Amino acid sequence: MEPLTAELRKFITDNFLFGDASDAFVFSDDDSFQERGIVDSTGILELVCHIQEQYAITIEDEELVPDNLDSLLKVARFIERKRREFPRAAASAH
Amino acid sequence: MLIDDFLSQSAESWPGKTAVVCAGERWSYRRIEEASNRFARALVAEGLEPGARVAICLENSIETIVSLFGVLKAGGAFVIVNPQSRTDHVRFLLRDSGASILIAGRRHTDVATGAGTRVLPFGSALASAEGASDLPRLPRSETDLAALVYTSGSTGESKGVMLTHRNMTAAATAIGGYLDNTADDVILSALPLAFTYGLGQVTTAFRAGATLVLERSFLYPRAIIETMRREKVTGFPLVPTMATLLLRQDLKPDWFGPLRYITNAAAALPRPRMQRLRETFPSAKIYSMYGLTECQRASYLPPEEIDRRPDSVGVPIPGTTARVVDDKGRRVPPGVVGELVVAGAHVMAGYWNRPEATCGALRPDALSGETVLYTGDLFRTDVEGFLYFVERKDDVIKTGGEKVAPRHVEAVIAQLDDVAEVAVFGVPDDVLGEAVAAVIASVDGAILTAESVRRHCLRHLEPFMVPKAVEIRKALPTTLTGKISRRMLRAEKAGTAA
Repeated sequence: MEPLTAELRKFITDNFLFGDASDAFVFSDDDSFQERGIVDSTGILELVCHIQEQYAITIEDEELVPDNLDSLLKVARFIERKRREFPRAAASAH
Repeated sequence: MLIDDFLSQSAESWPGKTAVVCAGERWSYRRIEEASNRFARALVAEGLEPGARVAICLENSIETIVSLFGVLKAGGAFVIVNPQSRTDHVRFLLRDSGASILIAGRRHTDVATGAGTRVLPFGSALASAEGASDLPRLPRSETDLAALVYTSGSTGESKGVMLTHRNMTAAATAIGGYLDNTADDVILSALPLAFTYGLGQVTTAFRAGATLVLERSFLYPRAIIETMRREKVTGFPLVPTMATLLLRQDLKPDWFGPLRYITNAAAALPRPRMQRLRETFPSAKIYSMYGLTECQRASYLPPEEIDRRPDSVGVPIPGTTARVVDDKGRRVPPGVVGELVVAGAHVMAGYWNRPEATCGALRPDALSGETVLYTGDLFRTDVEGFLYFVERKDDVIKTGGEKVAPRHVEAVIAQLDDVAEVAVFGVPDDVLGEAVAAVIASVDGAILTAESVRRHCLRHLEPFMVPKAVEIRKALPTTLTGKISRRMLRAEKAGTAA
């Protein structure tokens, strides 16, 4: 889980905070993106594209819900679960 | 009529009926009535003076609704602060409004330090008045200040729009009238309560005794669709960005049978999107509306007119007037562009502590002498008097339902040493309507990157104000008088985007 959250944190910091990882934008692995205003509506779409490409998983419309996406930990758990469900797709991408 | 009379009357007529659904909780009218009475007691015990401002910095939540009614019942006026706001902005709002108390969640408890505002966590305030369910007895009037709603003008300085009880009940009564809201309605709103469009959902729902389903944001459209189906939503207020995000989903028209109406405001919905909304939500009437914080809502298009006048924002809301005038305040004939002026009980009392800005916006009508609101928006009418928005008189950018003053963003970018000149303007954007763009001329030998500019902006501006696109050049185009031309840059960018 840890390398996953670290990679996702880097993606979010680079793309939505423009590389600013200073005190002004400290957020924990389970902070809600929604409540903290870290990611906006277009940002969520970018995050979903990134996850699909980087981890070779397919995300259905029905899965675009806060339980799967609203914190670093939730995204990491979601990716892990998707990889378990479709191990071959994930393996062939590496 | 006071705003909280809407709540009290609905609590009396339908005590057990669900008033608000939010984050898995369901509160009845009686429960909200009693909790807000307790909250008002707690505020009075804290020494809140009549007319004092109370800032509420909480998410869209039941806590926010109980707080705002509690503030009103305690004789105060509320200022809703978006909890995603940057600390600088929250401090500005506290200072400018002179709020004596800040109701905050866990994140903003440290913000008030030094601003002369006491922080009162919602939970402990409510607990402190445990057992008391009656109301403090206070002399109150419908001309009392009820809320300050902050809005951005062309100069970028946020101004507090003063709304009285009368202003807000008048708007709610007019809107609830043309939408035919009843106690059978279930209205789902993801609009921020810091906006009059969001706040108006509470007043119109409570006036009718309807159920309000409150969402925190529109970040997860899929979750909202599920909630709409589960709660059998009948009314759905949108801004164009939400409509775009919604229509990207795979939706089945038969999912939304109970949906009676959709409203759109904040910016116009492009025709193809309007068409797709109608196909996706066949049972819903669609209301195109126009408004501004200073009068909350100015006009709406009766849905039966939408095929004949798809681009019109309709007629003045019931009981008000909206006219197009020339620069001498005289009414112009159909087809001629002029400024929209609005009159009625829904028009604000003025800008908080800004007499000059108030005099600019609220002026006597050339003919009748009654006070009218100059909207700063250029309009025309057709021969039957229906209104059409033409453009803003100033350069304000409307992005994702928020207003951004270019000059405000330019001032922040100009703080960077390497910036020689900067122009900020809006460019067309599929999701946001307009996106904020910045073109910068750097000083010789400077090492300036788009990332460093955006990072700087993110630290000093609200997230929606941060330019989505930053371009760095040697020089900027100027007009004949030597002023930087936002218009030329905008045209150039719009051309490349198309």
